[in-house]
Amino acid sequence: MRRSAVPFVAVVAAVALVALLVYGVVQRDDNRTLDDAVAHGQAPAAPDRSLPLLDGRGDRTLASFRGRAVVLNFWASWCTPCRQEAPLLERAQQRLAAHDGTVLGVTYRDTTSDAQAFMRRFGLTYPSVRDIDGKLAESYGTRALPETFVIDRQGRVRAISRGVVSQRFLDAAFAQVGV
Amino acid sequence: MRRLLTAALAAAAVLAAAVPAHAAAPRTSLTDIEDEVMCVVCNVPLNVAESPQADRERVLIRHLIAQGKTKQQVKAALVAQYGDAVLATPHGGGIDWASWAIPAAAVALVLAALALFVPRWRRTRPPAAVTGAGPSLDAADARRLDEDLARYDP
Repeated sequence: MRRSAVPFVAVVAAVALVALLVYGVVQRDDNRTLDDAVAHGQAPAAPDRSLPLLDGRGDRTLASFRGRAVVLNFWASWCTPCRQEAPLLERAQQRLAAHDGTVLGVTYRDTTSDAQAFMRRFGLTYPSVRDIDGKLAESYGTRALPETFVIDRQGRVRAISRGVVSQRFLDAAFAQVGV
Repeated sequence: MRRLLTAALAAAAVLAAAVPAHAAAPRTSLTDIEDEVMCVVCNVPLNVAESPQADRERVLIRHLIAQGKTKQQVKAALVAQYGDAVLATPHGGGIDWASWAIPAAAVALVLAALALFVPRWRRTRPPAAVTGAGPSLDAADARRLDEDLARYDP
Protein backbone atom coordinates (compact mmCIF):
# COMPACT_ATOMS: atom_id res chain seq x y z
CA MET A 1 0.00 0.00 0.00
CA ARG A 2 1.34 3.40 -0.87
CA ARG A 3 2.08 5.73 2.01
CA SER A 4 -0.45 8.34 0.79
CA ALA A 5 -3.27 5.79 0.98
CA VAL A 6 -2.75 5.03 4.69
CA PRO A 7 -4.26 8.25 6.11
CA PHE A 8 -7.16 7.92 3.69
CA VAL A 9 -7.93 4.38 4.85
CA ALA A 10 -7.62 5.43 8.51
CA VAL A 11 -10.04 8.31 8.03
CA VAL A 12 -12.53 6.12 6.16
CA ALA A 13 -12.35 3.49 8.92
CA ALA A 14 -12.84 6.11 11.64
CA VAL A 15 -15.81 7.64 9.82
CA ALA A 16 -17.32 4.19 9.32
CA LEU A 17 -17.04 3.41 13.03
CA VAL A 18 -18.64 6.70 14.03
CA ALA A 19 -21.41 6.18 11.46
CA LEU A 20 -22.04 2.73 12.90
CA LEU A 21 -22.30 4.15 16.38
CA VAL A 22 -24.68 6.90 15.25
CA TYR A 23 -26.80 4.32 13.45
CA GLY A 24 -27.02 2.27 16.61
CA VAL A 25 -28.05 5.21 18.74
CA VAL A 26 -30.61 6.43 16.19
CA GLN A 27 -32.15 2.97 15.91
CA ARG A 28 -32.55 2.86 19.68
CA ASP A 29 -34.35 6.16 19.84
CA ASP A 30 -37.87 6.05 21.18
CA ASN A 31 -40.53 5.64 18.55
CA ARG A 32 -42.89 8.56 19.01
CA THR A 33 -44.41 8.58 15.54
CA LEU A 34 -47.87 7.70 16.84
CA ASP A 35 -47.72 10.32 19.61
CA ASP A 36 -46.72 13.04 17.16
CA ALA A 37 -49.51 12.14 14.75
CA VAL A 38 -52.21 11.97 17.44
CA ALA A 39 -50.94 15.21 18.99
CA HIS A 40 -51.43 16.87 15.59
CA GLY A 41 -55.01 15.67 15.35
CA GLN A 42 -54.25 12.85 12.94
CA ALA A 43 -55.46 9.28 13.31
CA PRO A 44 -52.61 6.96 12.23
CA ALA A 45 -53.31 3.34 11.38
CA ALA A 46 -52.85 1.11 14.40
CA PRO A 47 -49.85 -1.23 13.99
CA ASP A 48 -50.98 -4.82 13.92
CA ARG A 49 -49.54 -8.31 14.34
CA SER A 50 -51.00 -11.75 14.75
CA LEU A 51 -50.36 -12.81 18.34
CA PRO A 52 -51.32 -15.86 20.42
CA LEU A 53 -54.16 -15.45 22.87
CA LEU A 54 -53.17 -15.76 26.51
CA ASP A 55 -55.75 -18.48 27.05
CA GLY A 56 -54.18 -20.54 24.26
CA ARG A 57 -57.26 -20.47 22.04
CA GLY A 58 -55.53 -19.46 18.83
CA ASP A 59 -54.21 -16.15 17.54
CA ARG A 60 -55.82 -12.73 17.14
CA THR A 61 -55.04 -9.60 15.19
CA LEU A 62 -56.37 -6.11 15.64
CA ALA A 63 -57.84 -6.43 12.15
CA SER A 64 -60.13 -9.13 13.48
CA PHE A 65 -61.74 -6.45 15.67
CA ARG A 66 -62.34 -4.11 12.73
CA GLY A 67 -65.68 -2.34 13.12
CA ARG A 68 -65.31 -2.31 16.91
CA ALA A 69 -63.65 0.22 19.19
CA VAL A 70 -60.63 -1.30 20.90
CA VAL A 71 -58.72 -0.19 23.99
CA LEU A 72 -55.30 -1.73 23.49
CA ASN A 73 -53.55 -2.05 26.84
CA PHE A 74 -49.94 -3.21 27.28
CA TRP A 75 -49.46 -4.81 30.68
CA ALA A 76 -47.58 -7.43 32.68
CA SER A 77 -48.14 -9.24 35.95
CA TRP A 78 -44.89 -7.81 37.34
CA CYS A 79 -46.00 -4.24 36.57
CA THR A 80 -47.15 -2.65 39.81
CA PRO A 81 -49.05 0.29 38.22
CA CYS A 82 -50.91 -2.25 36.06
CA ARG A 83 -52.61 -3.52 39.22
CA GLN A 84 -53.85 -0.02 39.91
CA GLU A 85 -55.52 0.37 36.53
CA ALA A 86 -56.85 -3.18 36.19
CA PRO A 87 -60.23 -2.48 37.86
CA LEU A 88 -60.66 0.63 35.71
CA LEU A 89 -60.00 -1.35 32.55
CA GLU A 90 -62.47 -4.03 33.57
CA ARG A 91 -65.14 -1.37 34.06
CA ALA A 92 -64.19 0.03 30.65
CA GLN A 93 -64.64 -3.45 29.22
CA GLN A 94 -68.21 -3.60 30.56
CA ARG A 95 -68.95 -0.24 28.97
CA LEU A 96 -67.28 -1.14 25.68
CA ALA A 97 -69.03 -4.50 25.47
CA ALA A 98 -72.35 -2.68 25.54
CA HIS A 99 -71.21 -0.72 22.47
CA ASP A 100 -69.70 -3.65 20.60
CA GLY A 101 -66.17 -2.72 21.63
CA THR A 102 -63.51 -4.38 23.73
CA VAL A 103 -60.40 -3.95 25.77
CA LEU A 104 -57.56 -6.01 24.32
CA GLY A 105 -54.70 -6.69 26.68
CA VAL A 106 -51.18 -7.30 25.42
CA THR A 107 -48.80 -8.97 27.85
CA TYR A 108 -45.23 -7.81 27.69
CA ARG A 109 -42.25 -9.90 28.83
CA ASP A 110 -44.37 -12.05 31.06
CA THR A 111 -44.96 -15.75 31.57
CA THR A 112 -48.29 -17.26 30.60
CA SER A 113 -48.94 -18.59 34.09
CA ASP A 114 -48.15 -15.31 35.84
CA ALA A 115 -50.28 -13.33 33.38
CA GLN A 116 -53.21 -15.74 33.75
CA ALA A 117 -52.93 -15.54 37.54
CA PHE A 118 -53.04 -11.73 37.28
CA MET A 119 -56.21 -11.86 35.19
CA ARG A 120 -57.88 -14.23 37.63
CA ARG A 121 -56.85 -12.11 40.62
CA PHE A 122 -58.38 -8.95 39.18
CA GLY A 123 -61.34 -10.66 37.53
CA LEU A 124 -60.46 -9.40 34.07
CA THR A 125 -62.86 -10.66 31.44
CA TYR A 126 -61.39 -9.10 28.32
CA PRO A 127 -59.05 -11.03 26.02
CA SER A 128 -55.29 -10.68 26.12
CA VAL A 129 -52.62 -11.67 23.64
CA ARG A 130 -48.96 -12.44 24.28
CA ASP A 131 -46.43 -10.17 22.56
CA ILE A 132 -43.62 -12.65 23.13
CA ASP A 133 -40.95 -11.04 20.98
CA GLY A 134 -42.07 -7.52 21.88
CA LYS A 135 -42.47 -6.50 18.24
CA LEU A 136 -45.99 -5.13 18.67
CA ALA A 137 -44.87 -3.12 21.70
CA GLU A 138 -41.94 -1.86 19.65
CA SER A 139 -44.21 -0.71 16.84
CA TYR A 140 -46.25 1.29 19.37
CA GLY A 141 -43.08 2.77 20.91
CA THR A 142 -43.81 1.02 24.19
CA ARG A 143 -40.84 0.84 26.54
CA ALA A 144 -42.51 1.12 29.94
CA LEU A 145 -45.74 -0.25 31.32
CA PRO A 146 -48.61 0.32 31.38
CA GLU A 147 -49.52 2.00 28.11
CA THR A 148 -52.92 2.28 26.48
CA PHE A 149 -54.02 3.09 22.94
CA VAL A 150 -57.61 3.77 21.98
CA ILE A 151 -58.38 2.56 18.45
CA ASP A 152 -61.50 3.52 16.55
CA ARG A 153 -63.76 1.30 14.48
CA GLN A 154 -61.63 1.91 11.39
CA GLY A 155 -58.48 0.65 13.09
CA ARG A 156 -56.93 4.09 13.68
CA VAL A 157 -55.24 5.29 16.85
CA ARG A 158 -57.25 8.10 18.43
CA ALA A 159 -55.76 8.50 21.91
CA ILE A 160 -52.62 7.44 23.74
CA SER A 161 -51.90 7.10 27.45
CA ARG A 162 -48.30 6.35 28.33
CA GLY A 163 -48.65 5.52 31.99
CA VAL A 164 -51.52 4.52 34.24
CA VAL A 165 -54.78 5.14 32.48
CA SER A 166 -57.37 7.39 34.12
CA GLN A 167 -61.14 7.52 33.93
CA ARG A 168 -60.87 11.03 32.55
CA PHE A 169 -58.64 9.84 29.70
CA LEU A 170 -60.98 6.95 28.90
CA ASP A 171 -64.07 9.17 28.92
CA ALA A 172 -62.46 11.61 26.49
CA ALA A 173 -61.19 8.81 24.26
CA PHE A 174 -64.54 7.02 24.25
CA ALA A 175 -66.23 10.20 23.12
CA GLN A 176 -63.84 10.30 20.16
CA VAL A 177 -64.62 6.73 19.08
CA GLY A 178 -68.35 6.98 19.69
CA VAL A 179 -68.72 4.83 22.80
CA MET B 1 -18.24 -69.84 31.39
CA ARG B 2 -19.93 -69.36 34.73
CA ARG B 3 -17.26 -66.82 35.71
CA LEU B 4 -17.87 -64.89 32.49
CA LEU B 5 -21.62 -64.87 33.08
CA THR B 6 -21.11 -63.60 36.64
CA ALA B 7 -18.86 -60.81 35.41
CA ALA B 8 -21.40 -59.81 32.76
CA LEU B 9 -24.22 -59.73 35.31
CA ALA B 10 -22.10 -57.63 37.68
CA ALA B 11 -21.29 -55.17 34.89
CA ALA B 12 -24.97 -54.94 33.97
CA ALA B 13 -25.89 -54.27 37.59
CA VAL B 14 -23.31 -51.50 37.83
CA LEU B 15 -24.58 -49.91 34.60
CA ALA B 16 -28.20 -50.18 35.73
CA ALA B 17 -27.33 -48.38 38.94
CA ALA B 18 -25.31 -45.73 37.15
CA VAL B 19 -27.91 -44.76 34.55
CA PRO B 20 -30.65 -43.58 36.96
CA ALA B 21 -28.05 -41.76 39.01
CA HIS B 22 -26.95 -39.91 35.90
CA ALA B 23 -30.54 -39.17 34.91
CA ALA B 24 -31.34 -37.82 38.35
CA ALA B 25 -28.30 -35.54 38.42
CA PRO B 26 -29.03 -31.94 37.41
CA ARG B 27 -27.89 -31.25 33.86
CA THR B 28 -27.27 -27.61 34.57
CA SER B 29 -27.48 -25.20 37.47
CA LEU B 30 -28.98 -21.84 38.23
CA THR B 31 -25.56 -20.22 38.51
CA ASP B 32 -24.57 -21.66 35.14
CA ILE B 33 -27.58 -20.02 33.49
CA GLU B 34 -27.94 -16.82 35.51
CA ASP B 35 -25.09 -15.00 33.80
CA GLU B 36 -26.43 -15.79 30.33
CA VAL B 37 -29.95 -14.48 30.77
CA MET B 38 -31.41 -11.12 31.65
CA CYS B 39 -33.85 -9.90 34.21
CA VAL B 40 -36.39 -8.73 31.61
CA VAL B 41 -37.72 -5.96 33.81
CA CYS B 42 -34.46 -4.61 35.24
CA ASN B 43 -32.49 -5.03 31.97
CA VAL B 44 -29.43 -6.37 33.79
CA PRO B 45 -28.01 -9.88 33.83
CA LEU B 46 -29.99 -12.11 36.15
CA ASN B 47 -26.96 -12.96 38.30
CA VAL B 48 -26.76 -9.34 39.47
CA ALA B 49 -30.47 -8.53 39.44
CA GLU B 50 -32.35 -8.00 42.67
CA SER B 51 -36.06 -7.56 42.10
CA PRO B 52 -39.25 -9.56 42.53
CA GLN B 53 -39.25 -10.28 38.79
CA ALA B 54 -35.67 -11.56 38.94
CA ASP B 55 -36.73 -13.89 41.75
CA ARG B 56 -39.64 -15.09 39.62
CA GLU B 57 -37.27 -15.90 36.79
CA ARG B 58 -34.99 -17.78 39.17
CA VAL B 59 -37.95 -19.81 40.43
CA LEU B 60 -38.88 -20.65 36.84
CA ILE B 61 -35.30 -21.67 36.03
CA ARG B 62 -35.06 -23.87 39.12
CA HIS B 63 -38.37 -25.46 38.17
CA LEU B 64 -37.11 -26.22 34.66
CA ILE B 65 -33.83 -27.59 36.00
CA ALA B 66 -35.75 -29.82 38.38
CA GLN B 67 -37.57 -31.19 35.35
CA GLY B 68 -34.19 -32.36 34.05
CA LYS B 69 -33.91 -29.83 31.25
CA THR B 70 -30.54 -29.00 29.78
CA LYS B 71 -29.12 -25.49 29.71
CA GLN B 72 -30.22 -24.98 26.11
CA GLN B 73 -33.69 -26.31 26.87
CA VAL B 74 -34.00 -23.97 29.85
CA LYS B 75 -32.95 -21.01 27.73
CA ALA B 76 -35.37 -22.03 24.97
CA ALA B 77 -38.18 -22.22 27.53
CA LEU B 78 -37.29 -18.76 28.82
CA VAL B 79 -37.32 -17.37 25.28
CA ALA B 80 -40.74 -18.96 24.71
CA GLN B 81 -42.03 -17.04 27.73
CA TYR B 82 -40.14 -13.75 27.60
CA GLY B 83 -38.89 -13.54 24.02
CA ASP B 84 -35.31 -12.98 22.87
CA ALA B 85 -34.98 -10.11 25.33
CA VAL B 86 -34.29 -12.65 28.07
CA LEU B 87 -31.01 -13.71 26.46
CA ALA B 88 -27.93 -11.76 27.52
CA THR B 89 -26.79 -11.36 23.94
CA PRO B 90 -27.55 -8.64 21.41
CA HIS B 91 -30.79 -9.58 19.74
CA GLY B 92 -32.25 -6.51 18.11
CA GLY B 93 -31.14 -3.86 15.72
CA GLY B 94 -29.56 -0.54 16.49
CA ILE B 95 -27.23 -0.23 19.42
CA ASP B 96 -27.49 -3.94 20.20
CA TRP B 97 -26.01 -4.79 16.84
CA ALA B 98 -23.53 -1.94 17.03
CA SER B 99 -22.35 -3.11 20.45
CA TRP B 100 -21.00 -6.22 18.73
CA ALA B 101 -19.98 -4.71 15.43
CA ILE B 102 -17.97 -1.75 16.73
CA PRO B 103 -15.56 -3.71 18.96
CA ALA B 104 -15.17 -6.32 16.22
CA ALA B 105 -14.45 -3.62 13.65
CA ALA B 106 -12.02 -1.91 16.01
CA VAL B 107 -10.12 -5.15 16.62
CA ALA B 108 -10.03 -5.87 12.88
CA LEU B 109 -8.72 -2.37 12.27
CA VAL B 110 -5.94 -2.73 14.84
CA LEU B 111 -4.93 -6.13 13.45
CA ALA B 112 -4.89 -4.73 9.91
CA ALA B 113 -2.75 -1.80 11.05
CA LEU B 114 -0.32 -4.15 12.80
CA ALA B 115 -0.13 -6.41 9.76
CA LEU B 116 0.57 -3.39 7.60
CA PHE B 117 3.03 -1.45 9.73
CA VAL B 118 5.03 -4.04 11.67
CA PRO B 119 6.76 -5.53 8.61
CA ARG B 120 7.45 -2.06 7.31
CA TRP B 121 8.89 -0.95 10.66
CA ARG B 122 11.10 -4.02 10.82
CA ARG B 123 12.40 -3.37 7.31
CA THR B 124 13.22 0.28 7.91
CA ARG B 125 14.85 -0.15 11.34
CA PRO B 126 18.67 0.39 11.05
CA PRO B 127 20.70 -2.74 11.80
CA ALA B 128 22.46 -2.62 15.15
CA ALA B 129 26.25 -2.41 15.14
CA VAL B 130 27.34 -5.89 16.06
CA THR B 131 31.05 -5.77 15.16
CA GLY B 132 33.41 -6.46 18.04
CA ALA B 133 36.11 -4.11 16.76
CA GLY B 134 34.42 -0.91 17.90
CA PRO B 135 34.74 2.42 16.15
CA SER B 136 37.80 2.94 14.03
CA LEU B 137 40.37 5.59 15.06
CA ASP B 138 42.28 7.90 12.83
CA ALA B 139 46.07 7.89 12.99
CA ALA B 140 46.39 10.81 15.45
CA ASP B 141 43.92 9.34 17.91
CA ALA B 142 45.55 5.92 17.64
CA ARG B 143 48.94 7.41 18.39
CA ARG B 144 47.61 9.32 21.41
CA LEU B 145 45.87 6.19 22.69
CA ASP B 146 49.09 4.19 22.39
CA GLU B 147 50.96 6.93 24.31
CA ASP B 148 48.34 6.95 27.09
CA LEU B 149 48.39 3.20 27.42
CA ALA B 150 52.18 3.19 27.48
CA ARG B 151 52.12 5.61 30.41
CA TYR B 152 50.03 3.16 32.46
CA ASP B 153 52.11 0.12 31.53
CA PRO B 154 54.10 -1.09 34.54
